[in-house]
Amino acid sequence: MPKSVAIIGSGQTNHTSRRADVNIPELIKEAVDRALADADLTIDDIDAVVIGNMEHFEGINLSDMWASEGSGAVMKPAMKIATGGTTGASVAACAYYHCASGLFDRVLAIGWEKLSESDTTTGIITAFDPIVERLTLAGAVGGLAIEANLYMTSYGITQEQVAKAAVMARKNAQRNPHAHLKLDLTVEQVLHSPMIAYPIHYLDMCPTSDGACAVIFASEDVARKSAHPPAWVKAAVCRHNHPYIGDVDWRKNTLESAAIEAYRLAGITNPRRELDVIELYDPASFALLSWIESLHICGPGEGGKMIDAGAITMEGDIPVNPSGGVISTNPIGATALIRVAEAALQIQGKADARQVEGVRTALATGFGGSYWSEVFILGRTP
Amino acid sequence: MRREEGKEYLYITLHTELPYQYSAGRYMSRFLTTLRDEAKILASRCTQCGTVLVPPRVVCGNCFAEMKDFVEVGPRGTLKTFSVINFPFIDPFTGVQRPVPYGYAIVQLDGCDNWLPHFLDEIDVQKLRIGLRVEAVFKPREEREGAMTDILHFRVIGDRSRESSPEGEVS
Ligand SMILES: [Zn+2]
Repeated sequence: MPKSVAIIGSGQTNHTSRRADVNIPELIKEAVDRALADADLTIDDIDAVVIGNMEHFEGINLSDMWASEGSGAVMKPAMKIATGGTTGASVAACAYYHCASGLFDRVLAIGWEKLSESDTTTGIITAFDPIVERLTLAGAVGGLAIEANLYMTSYGITQEQVAKAAVMARKNAQRNPHAHLKLDLTVEQVLHSPMIAYPIHYLDMCPTSDGACAVIFASEDVARKSAHPPAWVKAAVCRHNHPYIGDVDWRKNTLESAAIEAYRLAGITNPRRELDVIELYDPASFALLSWIESLHICGPGEGGKMIDAGAITMEGDIPVNPSGGVISTNPIGATALIRVAEAALQIQGKADARQVEGVRTALATGFGGSYWSEVFILGRTP
Repeated sequence: MRREEGKEYLYITLHTELPYQYSAGRYMSRFLTTLRDEAKILASRCTQCGTVLVPPRVVCGNCFAEMKDFVEVGPRGTLKTFSVINFPFIDPFTGVQRPVPYGYAIVQLDGCDNWLPHFLDEIDVQKLRIGLRVEAVFKPREEREGAMTDILHFRVIGDRSRESSPEGEVS
């Protein structure tokens, strides 16, 4: 049986489009320092380090080696995890596994990226099959555009409904000091922004950001002695997928499969009622509607009604992305770890201006690769 | 006086020329040489669950069984979803910007269970619709080289009901 594990601290940089003032280890150290301070620990208290980013996005390899001073990994067990967009969630899962195994007491999970240093779309294309898919793939934008078209066409979801989600996310981001895009938008502005890849407008899509996030996981005994209320890991579930975009079975998606297993592990039978907040990996605004359906927050095709009714806003019964989400902030290797960190802050009651009242159970997701997913459920009790 | 801390931040340009040779392997090599020599699209069929997948591959992801049979699929199919790509980005094949706009087709070839991405010859979204019938357009024999680009693009051939030849009909 796995041992209970909790998050006892986290730290983020203030994410932005370009951090010319820091190199990679300097950027990482900012997040690590903030996480250690948040948990009232020093680097000597850390037993192991797990770190990840999108390999070769900055044109470099083995960053876990030469950034080890910034990560605090010198003379500690350390490993790098790279699973594309889900990297940050995989880093978190790996830190969770370390502590749940009983072999480690405090594990530092780090995700980072400096997307300003290369062309993100080009980098993403090179992650896909070189013979069949690179020819036509337009990075994440193209891959998400075909899913958005399929979703919106299948259920009659309108451009206006999707644009409302984009407006909501950027409004939420205004309450988050770490968010990159804190935009005050109207639906009309989203609809009149350039159509970058039908049906996705420029303002529907996530930005490219520079930033890092660090989260400290602890074993049960250590977490119970923590100076701050911990956020307990109730479930951490990963689902990978077939290799090619054309292989993906949209009726049996990885997010739904991971969510079903996570709900089973956490004993959740009515997610809409039992979850208090969701930090969803929303690389484009349609995902805020479509992927809450995969999470069984509403039925298939009801995402549009959810945004029309205001159900997922800060004032709604199930707020999604108080942080502003991925369409407001996207340093890719950190992005899914930020979801986990933000969900933990909500449980800990430390989310400041973006805090949802009385959060007892929070869900975080990661998205990447050929439409694969990770789901975390955090709670106030083990 | 420019050495004051915080006044000047440098970037080092990394320009890494590192050519790779990627092995197509047994199944993909047969797929590509058949495209080149016969202008036919091959898929593999699972010996266990019967699923037909393009491009052909050695193992079925659903049941981890070997895919031993090759079957011809297409060249007609159904547009399952699409986009029109308008934004500029660097194409890793060429190192320069990929020409935009272009149509991005996700096609279920007749006789196939999964879908294949390729270029679409239509970029006016008003004329596009999920469910349209499309057909692969091949390069002339002398220009084919054993690559996905041996198919130029898919062209829209209209609604299923108005299709001229019954050959492409699927149940
Ligand atoms: Zn099979």
